[in-house]
Amino acid sequence: MKVKVLMGNTAVAEAVRMADVDVVSAYPITPQTIIVERIADMVERGELKARYVRVESEHSALAVVYGASASGARVFTATSSHGLLYMYEMLWWVANSRLPIVMAVVTRAIGPPWNIHSDHQDALTVRDAGWIIGFASSVEEAFDMTLQAYRVGEDRRVLLPVMVSLDGFTLSHTSEPVRLPEESEVREWLPPREPLPFKLEPGSYFSVGNLGPDEVTMELRWYVWRAMERAKHVIREVSVDYARRFDRSTHSLVEEFKTGDARYLVVLAGAWSGDAMEAADMLRDEGYPVGVARLRYIRPFPAEELRELATSVRAVLVIDRAVSMGHMGVIAGDLVATTRGKVVVKNIIAGLGGVDMGPEDFKSIIKGFVEEYESGALDSWFYTEWYMPWVRGR
Amino acid sequence: MLRELLILSRGGQGGVTASRILASAAALEGRWAQAIPEFGAERRGAIVRSYLRLSDKRILRHSSVRRPEGVVVFSSRILELIDVDKVIPVDSTVLVNSSVRPRLGGRVVYSVDATGIALKLGLVIAGWPVVNTAMASAAARVFNIASLDSIVGALGEYFRGKLLEVNVEAAKIAWGEVA
Repeated sequence: MKVKVLMGNTAVAEAVRMADVDVVSAYPITPQTIIVERIADMVERGELKARYVRVESEHSALAVVYGASASGARVFTATSSHGLLYMYEMLWWVANSRLPIVMAVVTRAIGPPWNIHSDHQDALTVRDAGWIIGFASSVEEAFDMTLQAYRVGEDRRVLLPVMVSLDGFTLSHTSEPVRLPEESEVREWLPPREPLPFKLEPGSYFSVGNLGPDEVTMELRWYVWRAMERAKHVIREVSVDYARRFDRSTHSLVEEFKTGDARYLVVLAGAWSGDAMEAADMLRDEGYPVGVARLRYIRPFPAEELRELATSVRAVLVIDRAVSMGHMGVIAGDLVATTRGKVVVKNIIAGLGGVDMGPEDFKSIIKGFVEEYESGALDSWFYTEWYMPWVRGR
Repeated sequence: MLRELLILSRGGQGGVTASRILASAAALEGRWAQAIPEFGAERRGAIVRSYLRLSDKRILRHSSVRRPEGVVVFSSRILELIDVDKVIPVDSTVLVNSSVRPRLGGRVVYSVDATGIALKLGLVIAGWPVVNTAMASAAARVFNIASLDSIVGALGEYFRGKLLEVNVEAAKIAWGEVA
């Protein structure tokens, strides 16, 4: 296995090449553009034998791979922020049609004001459609998760689209060492997509997505629901299998960092998780028993893992990079529902619009949370606060 | 041990590529590295910051570098455009692309005439001398990031053919001349 320094976007493109996809649709948006540009280079040079379709909008980008995937092809597309929102309608068509499309979402704030930097609002806004949503925390993981996405999504027990989210710039444009497996090993681990029992092709006709009885709509959603439940199991299985095959650590739905003897648990997702882990390390040196649970997947939500982790500590701190306005942070809302009031939860909203969050920021947030709990100030079951140190009184 | 550097360049000078070359060179020596460009509304000519992190083990953090131990400045003109005391910590070591070594308070300053090297080798694109490989090489030596061999090896990941040859030459000259 050779080690190569790659940008997040390039690493995703490299994974797409190794996955030997058949059809790629492309529409540019910062900070995602480099992914589809790299793939265009690969197709041009003959390194990837795929049909590369340039379209006029993100809505069409997803529509093109929708059709291709329905005909049995392995497909890929990528987008970000406003581009993802422009796909919104198609996201539901794809999910209810049970097509294992893989899409990279390079997370970026939604305007106004115009902002190209990362927060998680774009990816988390579409969480109810029926897509599996993963969050990478390093360039290498963006590579790994893209390959895993095909195995998970195409698994007969799942058949759902998968979104691989990576933070704009902090992962997409950051270069880090990636342990690249041999292409032949990947081809063996990820064989071509299983042929569909039916095929959309010239000469054969049947209808897809026609008007149906109300009960069929509800049944379809129930099938997606059950597939999501099974996806938890399949993600665990695929993660372990991948780790064994390509010498990686075996995190599946959640990566646990020093949770074994932790009394306080920090929950978050994405590229900034490493900064929070470094903060937890510093705090441990100062005697604070802190652990971190990093969510690798937000959908399906790792309820079992989190319930177990959260109910074995004194209090949980969820640090969110996306908000459900009028309620709380998106992950915090899910976690509170999962733990059903059995543990005190504090919620911090931070890093919106790409506001830089380093280990020192996490250290001050986590320390404040532990001290608040120990002084008895966290007496209710949850709080949401906004971390904005540049604003007086926050 | 974690080491953090800041590269200040002007859009189009290749500061981001320089940080990537240095990361690749360090990785060739089995170390962990991160090259992080800071993107905003920069365009050709604007001041661009990029960061380089180095460590013996996997680096977890992905935030920007706030207190660099070393700063690489791609043009001495940049020093006139920024608030030096705010951007360059007083205890940091500075490497500047300049034919004369500038004085920067009490800071330890190195210089290399990367522009001169680029012009001599004809490394000019769209009227701009391309200084990034010379600066990467000089930085590798000043900050003990990687050997010249590793720099040359890393250049092979970024350039091909004739362009690679010229860049390797620029790297070698800069390695020898930086002081």
